[in-house]
Amino acid sequence: MNVKPAPLLEVTGLNVHFGGTGFIPGLRTPPLRAVNDVSLAVMPGETLGLVGESGSGKSTLGRAILRLGELTSGEIVFDGTDMARATVGDLNRLRRQSAMIFQDPYGALNPRMRVGDAIAEVLRVHRKVPSSRIGSRIAELLNLVGLDAGYANSRPLDLSGGQCQRIGIARALAVEPKLIVADECVAALDVSIQGQILNLLMDLREQIGMAIIFIAHDLAIVRRLCDRVAVMYLGRIVETGPTEEVFTEPRHPYTASLLRAIPDIDPDRGLPENPLAGEPPSPIALPCGCAFHPRCPNALPDCSTGEPPRLGRDGPHRAACILPPGEIRI
Amino acid sequence: MSEPILSVRDLSVVAQVEGTTHTIVDQVSFDLQRGEILGLVGESGSGKSMTSRALIRLLQSSRLSVSGGSAILKGEDIFTFDERAMRDVRGGSIGMIFQNPSSHLDPVMSIGKQIAESIRFHKAVSRKEARGRAVEILRQVGIPDPERRYNAYAHEFSGGMRQRAMIAVALACDPDILIADEPTTALDVTVQAQILKLLTDLRDTRGVSIIFITHDLGIVSQICDRVAVMYGGRIVELGGKREVIGSGRHPYTAGLVACQPAEGHPGERVRTINGQPPRIGHMPAGCRFHPRCPRVDEWCSTVCPDLVTSGPGHQVACHHPIPHTPAEAAT
Repeated sequence: MNVKPAPLLEVTGLNVHFGGTGFIPGLRTPPLRAVNDVSLAVMPGETLGLVGESGSGKSTLGRAILRLGELTSGEIVFDGTDMARATVGDLNRLRRQSAMIFQDPYGALNPRMRVGDAIAEVLRVHRKVPSSRIGSRIAELLNLVGLDAGYANSRPLDLSGGQCQRIGIARALAVEPKLIVADECVAALDVSIQGQILNLLMDLREQIGMAIIFIAHDLAIVRRLCDRVAVMYLGRIVETGPTEEVFTEPRHPYTASLLRAIPDIDPDRGLPENPLAGEPPSPIALPCGCAFHPRCPNALPDCSTGEPPRLGRDGPHRAACILPPGEIRI
Repeated sequence: MSEPILSVRDLSVVAQVEGTTHTIVDQVSFDLQRGEILGLVGESGSGKSMTSRALIRLLQSSRLSVSGGSAILKGEDIFTFDERAMRDVRGGSIGMIFQNPSSHLDPVMSIGKQIAESIRFHKAVSRKEARGRAVEILRQVGIPDPERRYNAYAHEFSGGMRQRAMIAVALACDPDILIADEPTTALDVTVQAQILKLLTDLRDTRGVSIIFITHDLGIVSQICDRVAVMYGGRIVELGGKREVIGSGRHPYTAGLVACQPAEGHPGERVRTINGQPPRIGHMPAGCRFHPRCPRVDEWCSTVCPDLVTSGPGHQVACHHPIPHTPAEAAT
């Protein structure tokens, strides 16, 4: 019997709540539940897509996983250690083995720092290479992301958005991470440049074998890049599974409406007849029952009461919906 | 074909930067038919927004100016208008919708008042009548409970509702043309679908013509009738959406379609266009696209191709357009 490999990252019951201050009953402000009881696992070398609309908590979840943001409760087991209750030493290890790529490539770089210095800083802080080798390692990293070593002397403002994003990726790779969280890292780029960065991520994944959590709202990109996908709505994962299965046979009405809403390049498809009505409600006052029920085209009376449905436990493709799988169509 | 509602010829916009003059929009010509949705697509810096802003002469800086061309709106060239006459055009004949409603709506004036203000600026109506019309427009753009929402402020609206409110302001004086500059880029896909539906419904019910500026070819396919592809300040291809997207003849158009992530299989590398879009002040000579073009030859680097007719209602600016039929291959 094959032993199932241990996941690189296992998140269990993660909650991130903001605010909610006050001790006097009646005057308490309710907390904003950005991430609600989220569980997920990432295998070594795997790419997990995290999709959802703005305010669904996908970025907050990504930051909490790397302990760049606060968390309220839950477990984040990274490589065998629970980082939610980590010591300073454990956190340092997490920082050396994980990295983040940000959306705004200009905002993520210090405009006064030369590109080479920005990468050297990472190498020095994490003592990745002896100081005599820093120069050659910078050149290696720049080559890895498809830039000439001469770019080490330029400053971010001299570079295009795509080049800056490559620098951002080079900085992330400098720590030789096992896990990268890429937060909307191609959303700000032009289509012709977007492809270059996506291909770079695919190449690097093959060469280095790191795991990627790819946060995006563009489902077409996620379908191209990711092995598995998790769909979030108002802080909860409502559906997760192998990418192709989720895209062809969605089991949650929200996933189905997202798929329907993507503008398709096929001119014969036209606009969806009945786009999903309304907008996501405020995460401060979540509706009772399933948070999606006020917008759901298939909602039943049971959907508006009780606890929100939990993700099923059967198989790799799971959805948090009480409807039978056959009911939902794209 | 009937008389176009707007006819733009050889529109050029220049920028003065440190004593040198850079051409940002270069001899752009197109017609807009009544009740038509024309897509203006291109990457950042292609001049698509600048073209639309030049039309209503709302260029964001004093260093930018229209250096030539004409724009015939209902028989009159609006580029010859003085500022006073131009104010009647803006919001009167031409309404504008922008990407970011929060920065184009007045935060300290109620939504309804902003619509009524526009109506009273352009038309001699009483306050009460303007209010009645404003409520009616709010209802048309799908804002629930418009009587009460008349007094709401922009910050009380969600992103999608704010975009609806801005569309309402643009529609206040029953314009002939709506210029929509990336109106759904900041919205979520499900809300984007609602706004696109609203815009096509408005076209169907009111017969308004729309210039829809976007970088998203998917949106173009879904709502536009015709599309103009811009690159480096010039229109490189213009035609019906089926012809341009389905069988685009300019290598840039074909490249843009091929690099959509939806085109291809999971895990497969995305097709890309090599290099970067040109920057202002670094415009290549000849065809703007030649440094990135797979079909380039010496001619392309010296002579800039003009937009010429390549089929019924289809124009392309390329020395070596991609052939799709044997007849095209022979030319």
